Amino acid sequence: MNAISVRKIAKTYAGKPPILALKDISFDVKKGELFGLIGPDGSGKTSLFRILTTVLLADAGTAQVEGLDVVKDFKKIRTMVGYMPGKFSLYQDLSVEENLTFFANVFNTSIEENYHLIKDIYVQIAPFKDRKAGKLSGGMKQKLALCCALIHKPKVLFLDEPTTGVDPVSRSEFWEMLKKLKPEGITILVSTPYMDEAVLCDRIAMMQEGKILSIDTPQLIVAQYDKPLYAIKASNNYLLLQTLRQDPLVDSCYMFGEFLHLRPKGDIALLMKGLNASCSQIEPSIEDCFIELMKLS
Amino acid sequence: MNIVIQTENLSKYFGDFLAVDNISFEVAKGEIFGFLGANGAGKTTAMRMLCGLLSPSSGKGIVAGFDISKQANDVKKNIGYMSQKFSLYEDLTVKENLRLFGGIYAMRVKDIQSKTLKVCKDLDLNYAKDLLVGSLPLGVKQKLSFATAIFHHPQIVFLDEPTGGVDPVARRKFWEMIYQASQQGITAFVTTHYMDEAEYCQRVSIMVDGRIEALDTPNNLRKALDAQNMDEVFHALARKAQRS
Repeated sequence: MNAISVRKIAKTYAGKPPILALKDISFDVKKGELFGLIGPDGSGKTSLFRILTTVLLADAGTAQVEGLDVVKDFKKIRTMVGYMPGKFSLYQDLSVEENLTFFANVFNTSIEENYHLIKDIYVQIAPFKDRKAGKLSGGMKQKLALCCALIHKPKVLFLDEPTTGVDPVSRSEFWEMLKKLKPEGITILVSTPYMDEAVLCDRIAMMQEGKILSIDTPQLIVAQYDKPLYAIKASNNYLLLQTLRQDPLVDSCYMFGEFLHLRPKGDIALLMKGLNASCSQIEPSIEDCFIELMKLS
Repeated sequence: MNIVIQTENLSKYFGDFLAVDNISFEVAKGEIFGFLGANGAGKTTAMRMLCGLLSPSSGKGIVAGFDISKQANDVKKNIGYMSQKFSLYEDLTVKENLRLFGGIYAMRVKDIQSKTLKVCKDLDLNYAKDLLVGSLPLGVKQKLSFATAIFHHPQIVFLDEPTGGVDPVARRKFWEMIYQASQQGITAFVTTHYMDEAEYCQRVSIMVDGRIEALDTPNNLRKALDAQNMDEVFHALARKAQRS
């Protein structure tokens, strides 16, 4: 049995003009899987989370969490999932410890009962357990929110953009924490706009404007990129980019960190001739794949 | 070289908490300067001081030729600011937003009109001139925010995590706009959590615990720390942080 199963889910928000949030979304998440929804703002990630956590009704389609229907069995689902929304939603005027106790009690359990699940994370914020949640730094808020979502030992954990706006060091620490939850067998659905986090998931769905562009393991998504890609670099990349865009031999070219990523139409040697730039063939990253899939969609 | 930002031992205390600890640096006209740091390192406090929104506890800062402690209002007139939170008026049209911001910066009506035409043409927004900003797609809104922030041709534009949550294609288009502004002599002072974007900056500073721990070109920083990319540079420096 799959932990999450989504069939032809659609959602449009009324308004002028109406906003299409999700269009015929279907996918499955296996038990114990760390599954990533990768996509920018407005791609439908949050709507999907809200439907699966039973706080929003879809217009069409069906979805199941742990074999239970998100509409008919919403009460049961709510007891067995943990949900960390994108917006910080703990009680700002309660302390760290009070928040955690509160969420444990709501789910009819205690901090002690499932302490082993949160121990590694909680020890990092324990020195501040009497501090009001509203007074915590971004990284600590995020750790507390994860503890609160975990404290009732959920079967499925929904994390909506847990690392948005968080600095790179705290981001890698957060993913370390998720990796450590793996042996507990908790299924995790996590969304992120950071493409570099995709490789940390077992499987990913890349989303754009309410649709899934591609769904697979990060390795296989990269393997599907079947054209040669080159990283090139000159003393002034911006000027080089302008030049290359005019060149009929260039299929696509865009900035990528200290390099430009270039896909030629024909022979790369021909293209590089006369340009004062270094050039080497590279493996595409998930972000290259996303850019390519956006063009095709 | 024309210096548009200069700080000397700039510090800010909140009570007995030292948020910004003696920072001294310079940014040149037209430069694209990346201002990086971990959450809580003091970036926002430093940026608020540079924008004339918060007065320093000690030290000195000159921005766009004005003293940030004594001439905060002159600083504000000569800079542009784009917040990480979308802050144009959703219930005004594109034209109305530009007119409002142009008016606030005391631009002449004639200039507002001609520049509005130019912005709409450059951003391919002719179709949207009279549409409410709230109805535009995210990527378009963001380009418009930037165009609004530099509408009065400030000497410096401060960009606070301008590309958060934006798709990879729009993110790159946005950086091309920053390059264009830089070529027109506008200095871009940018914070970001995307380390590939740090590479797009001509120079980058990294704040740790209120201090500027490193400041150089991305290339020199990579070399100095024997790192493959800016992500590794950031990890190497920010891991030293004591406060969280």
